[in-house]
Amino acid sequence: MLELRINGAVFETDPPVGRTLAETLRDELGLTGTKIACGEGHCGACTVQLDGVPVLACITLVHTVGEREVTTIEGLRDHALVDAFVRADALQCGFCTPGQIVSAAALVEAEPNPTPERVRHAMAGNLCRCGAYPRIEEAVLTWRD
Amino acid sequence: MARLIRTEKEVEGKYTEQWVVVEGDDDALDQWPEGPGEVVGRPATRQDGPQRARGQVLYTGDLTFPGLLQAAVLRSPHARARVKSIDFSRALELPGVLAAVGPEESHVLQSEPPFHGSPVAAIAAESYERAREALALVEIEWEELEPLLDPEQAVREQSFVDEPRSYERGDVDAGFAEADVVVEAEYRTQTVLHNAMETHQSLARWEGDTLEIYISTQFIWGIRHSVSEQLGLPPDRVRVVCNYMGGGFGAKNGPGDYTYIAIALAEKTGRPVRCALTRREENLATGNRNGTIQKLRAGARSDGTLVALEAEYVNTIGWTGFSGPTYGPIEMLYACENVRTQTYGTKLNLPPNAAFRAPGFVEGTFGLECVLDELAARLELDPLELRRRNHADNDLADGRPFSSKKLLECYDRADEHWARREAVRASSEGPIRRGTGLASQIWYGGGGPPSYAWVRVGSDGCAVVITAMQDIGTGTRTAMAQIAAEELGLPLERVRCELGDSARGPYASISAGSSTTPSMGPAVRAAAADAARQIIEIAAQRHNVEERVLSLKDGRIVSADGGSWPLEEVTGLLEDAQILGKGSRGPNPTGMRVLTFGVQVADVAVDIETGEVHVDRIAAIHDVGRVINPLGARSQVEGGIIQGVGHTLSEERLVDPASGRVLTQTLDTYKVPTIADVPEMVVELLDIPDEHLTNLGSKGLGEPPIVPTAAAIVNAIRDATGADVRSLPVTREEMLRALKEARDREKKLATSPA
Repeated sequence: MLELRINGAVFETDPPVGRTLAETLRDELGLTGTKIACGEGHCGACTVQLDGVPVLACITLVHTVGEREVTTIEGLRDHALVDAFVRADALQCGFCTPGQIVSAAALVEAEPNPTPERVRHAMAGNLCRCGAYPRIEEAVLTWRD
Repeated sequence: MARLIRTEKEVEGKYTEQWVVVEGDDDALDQWPEGPGEVVGRPATRQDGPQRARGQVLYTGDLTFPGLLQAAVLRSPHARARVKSIDFSRALELPGVLAAVGPEESHVLQSEPPFHGSPVAAIAAESYERAREALALVEIEWEELEPLLDPEQAVREQSFVDEPRSYERGDVDAGFAEADVVVEAEYRTQTVLHNAMETHQSLARWEGDTLEIYISTQFIWGIRHSVSEQLGLPPDRVRVVCNYMGGGFGAKNGPGDYTYIAIALAEKTGRPVRCALTRREENLATGNRNGTIQKLRAGARSDGTLVALEAEYVNTIGWTGFSGPTYGPIEMLYACENVRTQTYGTKLNLPPNAAFRAPGFVEGTFGLECVLDELAARLELDPLELRRRNHADNDLADGRPFSSKKLLECYDRADEHWARREAVRASSEGPIRRGTGLASQIWYGGGGPPSYAWVRVGSDGCAVVITAMQDIGTGTRTAMAQIAAEELGLPLERVRCELGDSARGPYASISAGSSTTPSMGPAVRAAAADAARQIIEIAAQRHNVEERVLSLKDGRIVSADGGSWPLEEVTGLLEDAQILGKGSRGPNPTGMRVLTFGVQVADVAVDIETGEVHVDRIAAIHDVGRVINPLGARSQVEGGIIQGVGHTLSEERLVDPASGRVLTQTLDTYKVPTIADVPEMVVELLDIPDEHLTNLGSKGLGEPPIVPTAAAIVNAIRDATGADVRSLPVTREEMLRALKEARDREKKLATSPA
């Protein structure tokens, strides 16, 4: 039996070996805000934070999470970035957006005033096929407005 | 009165005639004056933005039902093969495995799969992992067959997906004979993959005698039609639901294999089944923008007048699919009297194509607009001036006038971006050469009937737009709510839009072919106007005034004599009942071509030592009629340009030429643009209503921005370096080849006797 710390609460789960964190979040706990778009760590849609560090939940085995605090988009619903994304029109279909916001939240936590270059570097692992990138950049740069 | 009309319908450049019923006609309403209204034409953030951003909305993959099973699909690893035998017994013994379907048990499962990724069998199990495990236990014996992979061989063998198309107007040979300059070149474009972030997927379940399909789709009613026809079910026994979907770009117009696999397994198990494709399946079997080989010839007089255009297009389609209008731009964009095209759609043992954001025109514009710049260079004419001189005042293919065309205004607004090119060139330093290029855009985007909407106004004075359309990520809910709010004189926050369910709203158009707003918007406005009329009629009775003095504004019923009442004071009389307005989309203007136009100007930097190309800036100026939501419109234009940059520089489906296997199935090998690849973008929309088109004068916007991007970039590369890039994507290898060719050409010129 594993104890997972997720968004400030504790969950018990008994996953089979090989179960990913993304599967646990989505299929067992119903936290479907974490999306799976490629399932092999290439696109960033499944990004969650482990102790504040962005990781790809689709290639993170749930047994490796340990004591670390998992923060998903459900734990960031009141973050100022949500409003910033809507204001800047930083989403179209919205499928990649939770992952974008989780990545951006980790960035602005570490660097509250990132430069455009830093935003581009930190967010380059989060693909958006609709091409909301310029607006994502704007949202992250203006997140506290 | 309901009117039965026979009218022309266009989707993605394909015209058909069909009967439509029009009532509550959009024609009866005059267009709003040009410029922003109270709500329409003003930037509005997405109404569903916060829910999407917080991960609260449910996409197809987020839905669950009691007893839901997951399907995994066995796909052919060969480009062409025959299943000699297949045995599911070991797979079915695995605990948690409920059913298997094999070749011929569904029309999408074939015993002779004709391309890599073609579905052969599928398993339903309690979990997706278990279904995948079971797939590995399916014993299958293949007989590999020789695939046909080379498009030029396919032309020789006459292996086509449809009849080759020949077109000619004027006298092309005479045109070339009078040309002062003739340019001839072969251009190639690659196969590219849609890669919407949400993969193709469906969930099938029976609710009594109704088959419910929850699906990521661009066309709820098309799915209902296809599935009911395939299964022989009455159409209303098929309910199709798509509340939220994660992108399509043309690849999600039909039911695909996954829907029928889910249906077959739901039938067999008596339980709900989801069939969600993996990213790898997505890149094998859900469609692509086909590659092209374009042999082009263009002739002009010394003053730049185009006297002849000729093209042979070989579209590399795949096993099935459609040969798109690669010929469209060369036949329609310029006022050239003499044009000849020949188009082949080759049938190959490769995955089928699908519509992809302006299919055909993206590829055709690349070749045409690059050849035009080669011609401009030979004529020593300014490329923008060459385009102005050959402006087409009507459609030369059939003489029809355009319902509106503001391309010359787009060119005028491009002047300031184009004028930067001397400074851009002068900013070259060392091996980094900078330059500027442009390309024009023509595409459809007029939409059409049939499309219907209802508008419900409640006792609280709030309105709901109801229509069974889908929002594919373009901000449809918000745009439709804006249109209804404008007509009802309501602030936007008092109007919302319910969509996404064929059982809970009237028929609505496909979200493809840049048609959502021009098809649905006029019906929504007509429905809102119908509701507004009823509100005014009952207000007149309630307050004993004449209807003609009443109007709706700022959430109030306003009388010309100065009085006004809150809307809810009148609608509140209804308690929980409502006013219901109905609206439909009228036909497009007869005898006219409804098209969108534009121009893009690109600045690039080329490292002539490494062949690396960087797009520094793109200015996009498009004429798409009235703009409903400038905020969402800008986002769509930027998104189109970014996909265009990917198409030009980094994206390419690679196929092993020996085996026909697709090599680029993952997002590390298939390179879509990242945030770090985005150029500076300047977006300008003319925002002039098309006076002949509907009660809105709005055209579609999704596709036009991707059409000219590749040509503008490649023309900028020529401006920067003198090199003629003729093949997409512009890899370093292609760039270095073109640079060497340009150097060799110059050497030859320098050494040849005068």
